[in-house]
Amino acid sequence: MNFQDFVFYFFATVLITSALGVVTSRNPVYSALLLVLSFVTCAGLWLLLEAEFLAITLVLVYVGAVMVLFLFVVMMLDINLDRMREGFWKWFPFGALLALVLVAEIAMVLSSGPFSLEAMPSPPAQAADYSNTKELGRLIYTEYVYAFELAAVILLVAMVAAIALTLRHRTDKVSLDPGKQVMVRREDRLRIVKMASEKKE
Amino acid sequence: MNFIPPDLAPAYPEIFLLVMVCIVMLADLFVGEKRRYVSYILSQAALLGCAILTFSTLSSDVSYTFSGMFVDDPMADILKLMVYITVASVLVYSRAYISVRGMYTGEFFSLVLFATLGMMVMISASHFLTLYLGLELLSLSLYAMVALRRENVLATEAAMKFFVLGALASGFLLYGMSMVYGATGELHLSQIADAIRGGDIDHQILVIGLVFIVAGISFKLSAAPFHMWAPDVYHGAPTAITLFIGSAPKLAAFAFVMRLLVEGMGEMVADWQGMLVILAVMSMAIGNIAAIAQTNIKRMLAYSTISHMGFLILGLVAANWNGYSSALFYVIAYVLMTLGTFAIILMLSREGFESDHINDFKGLNKRNSWYAFITMLMMLSMAGIPPMIGFYAKLSVLQAVLSAGYIWLAIVAVLFSLIGAFYYLRIIKLMYFDEPETDAPILPNIDVKMLVSVNGIAIIILGLFPQALMGLSLYAIESSM
Repeated sequence: MNFQDFVFYFFATVLITSALGVVTSRNPVYSALLLVLSFVTCAGLWLLLEAEFLAITLVLVYVGAVMVLFLFVVMMLDINLDRMREGFWKWFPFGALLALVLVAEIAMVLSSGPFSLEAMPSPPAQAADYSNTKELGRLIYTEYVYAFELAAVILLVAMVAAIALTLRHRTDKVSLDPGKQVMVRREDRLRIVKMASEKKE
Repeated sequence: MNFIPPDLAPAYPEIFLLVMVCIVMLADLFVGEKRRYVSYILSQAALLGCAILTFSTLSSDVSYTFSGMFVDDPMADILKLMVYITVASVLVYSRAYISVRGMYTGEFFSLVLFATLGMMVMISASHFLTLYLGLELLSLSLYAMVALRRENVLATEAAMKFFVLGALASGFLLYGMSMVYGATGELHLSQIADAIRGGDIDHQILVIGLVFIVAGISFKLSAAPFHMWAPDVYHGAPTAITLFIGSAPKLAAFAFVMRLLVEGMGEMVADWQGMLVILAVMSMAIGNIAAIAQTNIKRMLAYSTISHMGFLILGLVAANWNGYSSALFYVIAYVLMTLGTFAIILMLSREGFESDHINDFKGLNKRNSWYAFITMLMMLSMAGIPPMIGFYAKLSVLQAVLSAGYIWLAIVAVLFSLIGAFYYLRIIKLMYFDEPETDAPILPNIDVKMLVSVNGIAIIILGLFPQALMGLSLYAIESSM
C-alpha cells in the first residue's frame, strides 16, 4: 500500500463515518458540523483525483458559505427532535430496501458493460507544475466564453425575478425617514409660551 | 495555447438584445410610473434592431462561431425573425391588459426580452451546453412571468406547478444529454453525429439517453403524456403571459427538436421515429378529446395546443426534408393563429373582468362583427378548414406522413382533427347564433385594432397562397440540415 492509497482509505473512512454521523446524530448542530467534516474529506478525495480547483471551491463555497448559513438556521430554529424522529422505524425497512437497490445498481453499472472500470481507465497523471485552475480559467474565458456569458445572464434573470417577486412597497411599516428628520425646524415641534412669572402667595 | 478571438458578426442580434435588455432595465428605474411607455418603446426598438441585424446578415450558408457553440443558418434566421414578430405582437396585444392589472412594470419588459434572448440562443445552438443554457434562460424568465401577479392564488399555483415540472423536465433532458456525452465523448452536435456515424458506440446507452432527451423535449413542447402542466399554466397565468408562453417559445422548441434529434442524433432516426409516433398519437387524442369538455377558453386552447403539437411531431416522424419543412410551416401557422385568438381574448377582457369563459364569446357578432369575423377565421384555421392557413399546414404534414408510408397515422390524424373541429365550431356558434350576455363596448387601441386585422387577413392570404412560405420553409431546412 503506497502513500496515496493510505490517504485515500483514510479520507474514505472519515467520509463514510461522518456521513453516517450526519444521519444518526441526535443533535442537529452535530449533524451540520459532521456534514462540514464530510465535505472537507470529500475535498481531500478530489485533490487525489487532481481536481484541485473543485476541491478548493467545495471548501470555500459549501463549507465556508453554505454550511455556515445552514448552521445559523439550525441554531435559530427551535427544532422539535421527537416530532422529527416519529416513524423512523416504521419507514426504516423501506429506506433500507431503497438503499440496497441503489448499491446493487451502482455495483452492476461499475462491474459490467461500457461503464466498467476497464472501459473508463483513469487518465494519466499530470506533471507537478500543471495547474488545472489555470487551465479551467483559460477554457472558460476562451473556448467556453459564450456559455459562460449565458450563465451570467441566467444569474441576472434570477436576480431580476427574485426582486420582482418579493419586493413590495409596504405602507404599514414603521420606519424613519432621515430626510424628513433633518428638515424638521424648531417651529414645527416646539411652542414657546410667554407668560408672566407667578409669585408665591 | 493560441486562441483566435471568435467572430462576433453572426451573434450581433444576441449581443445587441442583451445590451438593450440592460438599457431597458436601467432606463426603467429612472422613468416614473407615468412615463412607463419609454420602456415599452425601448423594448419594441430592441426587437426592431434585432430584426434589422438578422435581416442584414441573411445568407444561405451556415456559419459557426464561439468555437462551434453558435450556428447561424437560414433556419435560425427565419425562426428568429418569426420570434421578433411574435414577441413584438405580444407586447402590442398585452399592453392594455397588463396596465390595468398592475403588471405594466420594467420587470415585465426585461423578463420578456430575456426570454426572447433565451429563445434566440436555443435557435442558434449547436452544442449541448448552449442548448441547455438557452432553454434555462427561457424557462426561468417564463416561471417568473407567470408568478408576476403574486397576490393572485391561481397564478401562483400555476407558477409553482410550472416551475417544479419544468425543473424535472430539465433534469430529464440533462440526464439524457449526459448519457449521450458519456457514450460519444462529444458535446458539439455535429461531432456527436460523426461519432454515432463512426459506429463503435454502444447503441443501448445512446437509446437510453435518447429516451430521456425525447421526454424532456416533449415536456417543453407540451406533448402528451408530458402535457399535464399546460392546461393549469395556461389557465392560471395572466392572459397576456399565456399568450407569450403559448406562442414564441414553440418556435424555439421546434428549433430545439431539430437541432437535437435531426442534427445531433439524425443517425438514430429509426429509434426516435417510434417514440415520436407514440407522442403524436397520444397528443392528438388527449388534446382533442379533453378540449371538448372545457368551458374555460384558456384551458380549451391549452388542449388545442397539445393537439397541434401532436400534428407538428407528425411532420418530424416523416423524417425527410418535406416532413421537416411542413413541420416548420406548421409551427409558424400555429403561432399566427395563437396570436390572433389570444388577441381577441385580451381585447374582450377589461379591468376586473377576465374574458376566459367560452360563454364570454356569446353574441360577439352583435357587439362587433369585425372581431367576430376575425375570431371565426382563427377558429376555422385551427380546425383546418380551407382556405385558411391551418388547412394547408395540416395538409402538408399529412402529405409528408403519407409519403413516408405511415398511412394509418394519417388516418388517425384526420379522425382526431374531425373530433377537434367540434370545439372550434362551438365558439363560432356562440358568436353568431347566441344572444350577448353583456353589451360592454370593445374599445381596443388603434395599434391593437390594426395589428389584429393584419393578423386575421394574414391567416387567409397565407392560406390562399401558401407557396411562398412553404418554399421559404423548404429552403431553410434544405440549406440548414
